Amino acid sequence: MSATTVTHEEHRDDIASKLGMWLFIFTELLLFGGLFIVYSVFRHGNLEAFNLAAQHLDVKVGTINTFILLISSMTIAMSTTSIQKKDKRTTLILIAITVALAIAFLVNKYFEWGHKIHDGLYPGSDVLAELGRGDTLFFGLYFFMTGLHALHIIIGMTFLIVIFFRVRKEHITHDNFQLLENGGLYWHLVDIIWIFLFPLFYLITL
Amino acid sequence: MADSNHHIVPYKTYVLILLLLLTLTSISVAVTQVQLTKWATPVALLIATVKSSFVLAVFMHLKFDHPVYKRMAILIFLLLVVVIIITFLDYAFR
Repeated sequence: MSATTVTHEEHRDDIASKLGMWLFIFTELLLFGGLFIVYSVFRHGNLEAFNLAAQHLDVKVGTINTFILLISSMTIAMSTTSIQKKDKRTTLILIAITVALAIAFLVNKYFEWGHKIHDGLYPGSDVLAELGRGDTLFFGLYFFMTGLHALHIIIGMTFLIVIFFRVRKEHITHDNFQLLENGGLYWHLVDIIWIFLFPLFYLITL
Repeated sequence: MADSNHHIVPYKTYVLILLLLLTLTSISVAVTQVQLTKWATPVALLIATVKSSFVLAVFMHLKFDHPVYKRMAILIFLLLVVVIIITFLDYAFR
């Protein structure tokens, strides 16, 4: 090959990219899986306190947030269809809706946490110290696990905003959309974690 | 190679899965809030498992992708189940 005919070939490996994303998702599942086990063990040892404490949580807000996340999961899944159909406009709209729903989830979470903190139900509070060990454990786990989940929402949302601009600049196209699919995979992971957090903290009071 | 990248999932499939997920959520809320039986907790967890399976299979494309992703995902969930069983055996018999 002579120096004059050198062409720049894009190096790309979609399979490896997706595999890497899945491996990362598995580590995330094990991280939250470990926390679910911690929750189950403490619940097992403090059944009555956990059931009473769970009744402090607002099932209505929890249900609305579950609906928000499920819908956002669908819109980001749809964006992989629209990008393959070369429909850039719809792809951008779908990503924007997903980000908007993520913000709605966080706003709900903000008011929910604010309400709990207002009631004195936060780690290290005097109210919890009086209520005893079970309630302290429940709310400690509640704030840690929903907080870690909210952090994942923020990271996923940032990831999707970056993807939005890459689609707009046509760095992500109908034949090169692995980054969009990876962003979607991460978003669905966030959804799956919430699917388990919701019944464990909000619904189970028996 | 990019077998998954040629499969375009129709919008309709995603809408149907969403409706199914919303229905399952409503059922699990109803079952646990009415509290008719002691089965509310296992039912809620079973529904959560079914819901996440649909998300994994359709939204995350495991159903349409190369089977290696699906096999790995199943292994990870089995690993979690084994750890949960071992933990509770420990608590039950100590």
